[in-house]
Amino acid sequence: MTPLARKRLGKILLNTAGVLVFLYAVFPVYWMVATGFKENDQIFTTEFIPFPTHFTFDHFERVLTEGVANNSIWLYMRNSAIVALGTVLIGSAFALLSATAIARFRFKGRGVFLVVLLIVQMLPAEGLLIPLYMMVKRVGLGDNFIGLIITQVALTLPFGVWMLRTFVAAVPKSLEEAAWIDGAGRMQAFWRVLFPLVAPGLVATSIFSFITAWNDLVFALYLMSESEGYTMPVALQYFFGQKGVDWGAIMAGSTLMTIPVVVFFLLVQRRMVSGLVAGAVKG
Amino acid sequence: MTTANPTTVARDGGSSPGPGHRRRKETGRARASGLPAWSIPYVLLVPGLLVIAGLLLYPMFQLAVMAFQKVGLAQIRGTRPAEWVGLENFEKILANDIFWSALRNTVAFAFVAVSLTLVVGTAVGVLLHRLGRRMSLFVVIGCMFAWAVPPVAQGVIWRSLFDAEAGIVNWALDLLPDWLAAPPDGQSSWVGTPWLNDTLPLYIALVVCVVWAGFPFIAVSVLAGLKGIPAELYEAARVDGSGAWRTFTKITLPMLKPVFAVLTVLSIIWDFKVFSQLYVLMNGPTNRDGFNLSMYAVAEAFKPPQKLGSGAAISVVLTIILLVITVVYVRQIVKQEEM
Repeated sequence: MTPLARKRLGKILLNTAGVLVFLYAVFPVYWMVATGFKENDQIFTTEFIPFPTHFTFDHFERVLTEGVANNSIWLYMRNSAIVALGTVLIGSAFALLSATAIARFRFKGRGVFLVVLLIVQMLPAEGLLIPLYMMVKRVGLGDNFIGLIITQVALTLPFGVWMLRTFVAAVPKSLEEAAWIDGAGRMQAFWRVLFPLVAPGLVATSIFSFITAWNDLVFALYLMSESEGYTMPVALQYFFGQKGVDWGAIMAGSTLMTIPVVVFFLLVQRRMVSGLVAGAVKG
Repeated sequence: MTTANPTTVARDGGSSPGPGHRRRKETGRARASGLPAWSIPYVLLVPGLLVIAGLLLYPMFQLAVMAFQKVGLAQIRGTRPAEWVGLENFEKILANDIFWSALRNTVAFAFVAVSLTLVVGTAVGVLLHRLGRRMSLFVVIGCMFAWAVPPVAQGVIWRSLFDAEAGIVNWALDLLPDWLAAPPDGQSSWVGTPWLNDTLPLYIALVVCVVWAGFPFIAVSVLAGLKGIPAELYEAARVDGSGAWRTFTKITLPMLKPVFAVLTVLSIIWDFKVFSQLYVLMNGPTNRDGFNLSMYAVAEAFKPPQKLGSGAAISVVLTIILLVITVVYVRQIVKQEEM
C-alpha cells in the first residue's frame, strides 16, 4: 500500500468509528422517541422495527389528555416546573452572593469554605434524604413544594457556587472600581456593573440547578406522598402499572420530560465539565 | 493553547493581584456601604452558609445521631422522642444478609462500571481528538444526547431495551452466532429471557445503562486534556521513531494523569450512589437481593414499617465510604487550583 492509500484508509476507519460512536450514543434516545410514535403492534413485537412505519400521535395524545395516577400529566409537568424554577430563583440568588464573596475577597475561612463546597457536593443525596425528611416533616413542610424546593436548593448550591465563582472572577475588578470613582456606591456598582457581566454565568448555574431539580427522583418520591404533588420522574413510575407495561405511553412521557433537559444541557455542558474537573484539564 | 480550553479562560480570570494591594482599596471604600470592609464577604456568605450549614452539614450530623436511635412513625410525628439504642442499628444491619449483598453489589458494580466507563470514554476521547473538526463536533453532539437524558428516563429506555419480549437486546443476541452468544438454559432463542428479575443480569443491564450515560463526560474531559498537550512532544516522539502505542503510554497517559485522577474519583463517587436508574430497572425497591447501599438505605428507612434509624445506619456506612473517596478528589482539585 502506498503511504497515501494508507492514510486514506486510516481516515475512513477513523470516520467509521466516529459514526459508530455517534450511533451508540444516540440510538437509545432515538428509540425512546421513535417508540412514542409507533403503533402498539409495532412496539409489542420481537422483531426489530427501526422506524415507525405507521406513524401515530396516539400515545402522546393519550398521555397528554388522559394522564396517570388520577391526574393530568400537565399537573406533573407543572409541579416539576414549580420545583425546578423555585430552586433556580432561590439557589441562584444565594449562589451569586456566595460566589461574589469568594471571588472578590480574600478573607479568613475562604479556603475552608471552598473545601467544604467540594466535599458536600459529593455527599450521597440518599443519605441526606433521611435527616432532611425528618426536618421537613417536623416543620410541617411535608407534601409542600417549599419543602422540596429547600432540599433542592441545598443539593445544588455547592456546585452552583463553585461554577459561578469563576464567572465573577473573570469580571475585571477595575470595572467596579471605575464605577466607585464615578460616585456609585458598592451596591450600585454591583447591580450596574457586576450583575450584567456575570449574567451568562448566572444563566449557566440556573440551568444546572434547573436540570438537577427537574431530574430528582428520590426527594420528590418521599417528600410528596399525595399524587397531586408528584413530579414527572415520580409520575413516570406509575405508567408501568399493574396490568403490564404500556411502552408507547411511557416513551411519550419520558420524551416530554427529556426535551427541556436536552435543550438546556446543550447550552451549559462545557461549564459543568470545567467546574467538576477544575484545573485538571488545564493545558 | 488557552483559547482551545474553556477551563483555562475561566481560571485565568481568577488570578488576583496581591492581597495587600486589594485590602487597601477596600478600606478606602468601607463607608460607602455602612459596613466595616472586613465584614462584607461574611455578610455576602450568610445565605449560602445558612443553607450549607443548616441543610447539609447539620443533617449529616443528624444522620450520624439517628444511626444510634430508634426512629419510627411515632418519632416522625413527634409524639414520642427518639430512643437511644446504642449500636443496635449497626448490629442488626451487619447481621443482615441484605447488607452484605448490597455492599457486594455496590462495590462490584462500581468497579466494573467505572472501569468500563473510563476505557470507553478514553477511547472515544482519543478518537475525537484524531477526527476532523466537523466530524468531531458531530460525534460530540451525539454524545451530549446520551449524557443529557435524565437518570429516570435512562432507566426507562434501558428497561425497554432489555424487555423480555419486545426488547432489542434479546433480538440482537439472537442475531449473533450461537458459539458467541448461546441462549441460556438451552432454549432456542433469547426472546423471553427476563433480564431484570435476577440480580446478576439486572446489574449487567445497569452497567450497560450507566456506561452509556457516563462515557460522554469522560470523553469530553479527555479531549480537553488532549488539546492541552503540546504538539512538540508528539513531534519529538515521532522523530525518535516511537510507535502509536508507545507514544500513548509514554506521553499521553502521563500528561493526562491529573485528569484521570479526578475522572476516576468522580466516577467512583457517582457509581457508588447510583439510585434512579436502578430504581426504574428493578421497578422500585422490590428485589432485595438486587439492592445496592443507596437503595437499601432508602428502602429500610421508608418502606413500612419505617425504620429511619436503621436506614440512617446504612447511610452512615455509605457516607463514610464516599467521604474517604471524596478526600482524594478534594486533594487533587486543591493541588491544581490555587485557591
